[in-house]
Amino acid sequence: IIFYIFSTLYFQLSFSPLVPQENAGQFFSSGHTNNWAVLVCTSRFWFNYRHVANTLSVYRSVKRLGIPDSHIVLMLADDMACNHRNPKPATVFSHKNMELNVYGDDVEVDYRGYEVTVENFLRVLTGRLPPSTPRSKRLLSDDRSNILIYLTGHGGNGFLKFQDSEEISNVELADAFEQMWQKRRYNELLFIIDTCQGASMYERFYSPNLMALASSQVGEDSLSHQPDLAIGVHLMDRYTFYLLEFLEDIHPSSKANMNDLFKVCPKSQCVSTPGHRTDLFLRDPGSALITDFFGSVRKVEITMETINLTEPIQQRQKETYSYVDQLPVSEIIHQKPKQKDWHPPDGFILGLWTLILLVFFKTYGMKHLKHIF
Amino acid sequence: SLCKSVIYGIITYRRRGQLAALSIAAVVIIVGVPLWWRTTETYRAWLPVSQINELSNLQLQLSAEVEVVFARGTVTPEQQKKVPLTQIQDEEHTVDEDTALRYRYETKYRTATIMEEDALNQPTAAEADLSLHTLSESPCGSLVVYVIPESSSLLPEDMDVYVGQRRTALLRIGAQMRVGKTLDQLLAHLEPRIKQVLQVMSFSHTDISAALSDRVRLSPGNKESIADSMRTFKSSPGYEITFSLLNPDPKSHRLHWDIEGAVQTYIQPLLTKLASVANFSIDSQTLYYAMLGVNPRFDSSLSAYTLHSDSLAHVINPVEARLGSNAASSNPVLNFLLYVPDAHHSPLYIHDRKKQEVPSNAFHSPRWGGIMVYNVNGFYGPEAVFPVDVNINMAKVMGVFLAQLRLLLGVQSSTAPSGFLVAPCGSNGLADWELDRLMWSRSVENVATATTTITSLAQLLEQIGNIVINDNIAEQVSSAVTSLQLAVAELETGNLRFALQYSKEAILASERAFFDPSLLHLLYFPDDQKFAIYIPLFLPMCVPILLSLLKIVSDARQKRREKQAKKD
Repeated sequence: IIFYIFSTLYFQLSFSPLVPQENAGQFFSSGHTNNWAVLVCTSRFWFNYRHVANTLSVYRSVKRLGIPDSHIVLMLADDMACNHRNPKPATVFSHKNMELNVYGDDVEVDYRGYEVTVENFLRVLTGRLPPSTPRSKRLLSDDRSNILIYLTGHGGNGFLKFQDSEEISNVELADAFEQMWQKRRYNELLFIIDTCQGASMYERFYSPNLMALASSQVGEDSLSHQPDLAIGVHLMDRYTFYLLEFLEDIHPSSKANMNDLFKVCPKSQCVSTPGHRTDLFLRDPGSALITDFFGSVRKVEITMETINLTEPIQQRQKETYSYVDQLPVSEIIHQKPKQKDWHPPDGFILGLWTLILLVFFKTYGMKHLKHIF
Repeated sequence: SLCKSVIYGIITYRRRGQLAALSIAAVVIIVGVPLWWRTTETYRAWLPVSQINELSNLQLQLSAEVEVVFARGTVTPEQQKKVPLTQIQDEEHTVDEDTALRYRYETKYRTATIMEEDALNQPTAAEADLSLHTLSESPCGSLVVYVIPESSSLLPEDMDVYVGQRRTALLRIGAQMRVGKTLDQLLAHLEPRIKQVLQVMSFSHTDISAALSDRVRLSPGNKESIADSMRTFKSSPGYEITFSLLNPDPKSHRLHWDIEGAVQTYIQPLLTKLASVANFSIDSQTLYYAMLGVNPRFDSSLSAYTLHSDSLAHVINPVEARLGSNAASSNPVLNFLLYVPDAHHSPLYIHDRKKQEVPSNAFHSPRWGGIMVYNVNGFYGPEAVFPVDVNINMAKVMGVFLAQLRLLLGVQSSTAPSGFLVAPCGSNGLADWELDRLMWSRSVENVATATTTITSLAQLLEQIGNIVINDNIAEQVSSAVTSLQLAVAELETGNLRFALQYSKEAILASERAFFDPSLLHLLYFPDDQKFAIYIPLFLPMCVPILLSLLKIVSDARQKRREKQAKKD
């Protein structure tokens, strides 16, 4: 009994310093200073409308909660809003009866159409982009960035299909995250995937500070939610539909945490069993706020000190500006043609082999083939 | 035709077939297989793996030089004879199993010259500092501490140390050193104070271990150091600074700010002094109809609008979407926003947690920038004709922005220990010793980041056998390794400027090598896929060869059996 009393006393004493000083507590709870989001839709064709709607719904929630476009990399493999088969052009709906247009008027798509490939996706994640890539197409995260990665499309056991022609495997994804970790490109990473057998994609993760959610377990299919008879296709997948509903209740100062996110779309609503993985995540999921990943709540400090500047501003002459010669026109006009590598003419190899075979058979005749067999 | 018949006679019909099969098999095995191996090999240029492995175990030595000058009245004449002496002290710290630090302090003691004595006779510490600086200039990374007698009036009563704007400090001897102490006792008395001075003006263990955060996942130290490390931008070869004027109410206020002149006069001197640390590019813009995202509350007691510190966090996001940035570079951006409230919500004051007004009326966000609220309602009366022309007082604005810039770049030091009087930074916004501090921590940070980058790149390339390593990557890696070794050597000898330069080169080369676009690992082939590719190519070719070899072997065996039968 005495031991029990001592241990409770000890716990009380050790908890008292944790009564938070408000500013310090919020400052240090998560350790991140900025947020990024990488949202990818990997399927094309009109009947995969729902994948584009999924991605755009998450994009909309993430923007509403504060992440600016400069910190979102949005990859859509096909253009549904301006598709010829869209009866309502320039819109992408997520609810039937066209309640919610997630396309809006300020969507900024960074990778579109055929630019959404496995290679580009891995390049964005690892940062190995050619130097000519503009800033909006790069993931410029640092060691204090929390990143949200959302993938949707058609998938299978251990792979996700891109553009109907290639796949990314779970091993490649895990390796990409490990390279991100090695270069300290993230503080914490939340990975959400809404595909069939989605849980297989996070099986192989091994880097620290990753949390993953999937819409279905291995062997299960993720189902779509509801078709809209006017548009003619299924509008959303079930998991993302209920995820969007959950996120609509979150506002920038909400205190909802990850445990609430894990409860989204139970089996009764989703038909598949959503899964999650938190063993690599260092913090307790209950202490991770939804806005740590989906929103961008900035930490602020009051500026206490100022510097007393007494010098007057120097007067300078106004410079006159002129347009600079941007192109060395004379050099371009008088350029010599570049040396091209010599290639043998087309069909050369084919002709050469035909000649050899003809000579061989002419000299030896067909009957000598029996020596080989 | 005679030769032909002879040859044909010697080599019988069947023999010819066997020879053909054997020669085809020989060509395939001796020429074909090596050729296939060489042409399907991935090109991997040579990397200095052994040197990289050496670098993964980082033993850093930082050397700082201190000159301690005894003014008149601090040492007795017999002690003065013994005084010119040099002491070297080492302090070792093991950060983790791969990283060890050693701090070497080289202290040179001497007595003051006549000119220095004259300089120390100035009425105030600031003037003494100025005249001492005109006498001699200490090189980058070193310090001079002048020990002044207790009776000196340069420092106020409760302060023992004055830290100047350049690289000098004034240290007042304590009362107990008044009479009859030996030199050793004097030195022992001064040592802890000198060490404190070194930690403030050169480097301290907390700063250096914070700079190593790339290599070592730190267990949280005290909260202040964590806040410092979260607030400061990481070391980068360049930064972009954007000054934005937000005018939500152009109908009432026509704002004029001489941003070019202000930047040239107030900000550029700081950036020029920091040129050895990073490149800076500055631009400015004016945004109209840009609102804050929060509604300020009207406080009738002050008859002003107030923004509470809790709502400040939500101010930044709506504005950030409209700020824009330079699309051409990937450098980190520091945003400084000057918000002039609209006429209906003026004046607007920021209140801290204790509901007190903030004198600077500004706040900043770690690794992002700062926002200042500038009230202009005092410049015109109620009968003014709108829009009113307002000239913004750039000195006041830049005073705040400069302070925020210093915080965000990591120049601002944490609070000095008790008894220290730190001179305000000079007109160019940066004291020399602050620059030295920054250079120490940046050099260490660069070295730590470059070593982790290089070692993880080497590990990655070793693990994945299919990645092609081009010559330019090998070149970058070699140059990064060389620069790293040079940087570590320069840190050891205390040449701070060269150490920073080499560490910057090392980081540039290592980042270029790590982020080279050709290093993309898309070549994950499971074994069954490899078989599926090679079998249709090689099987049809190998089957006839194998069968003919088998036929040769069975023929030979049959002949031997026949020979045996003939013998018997």
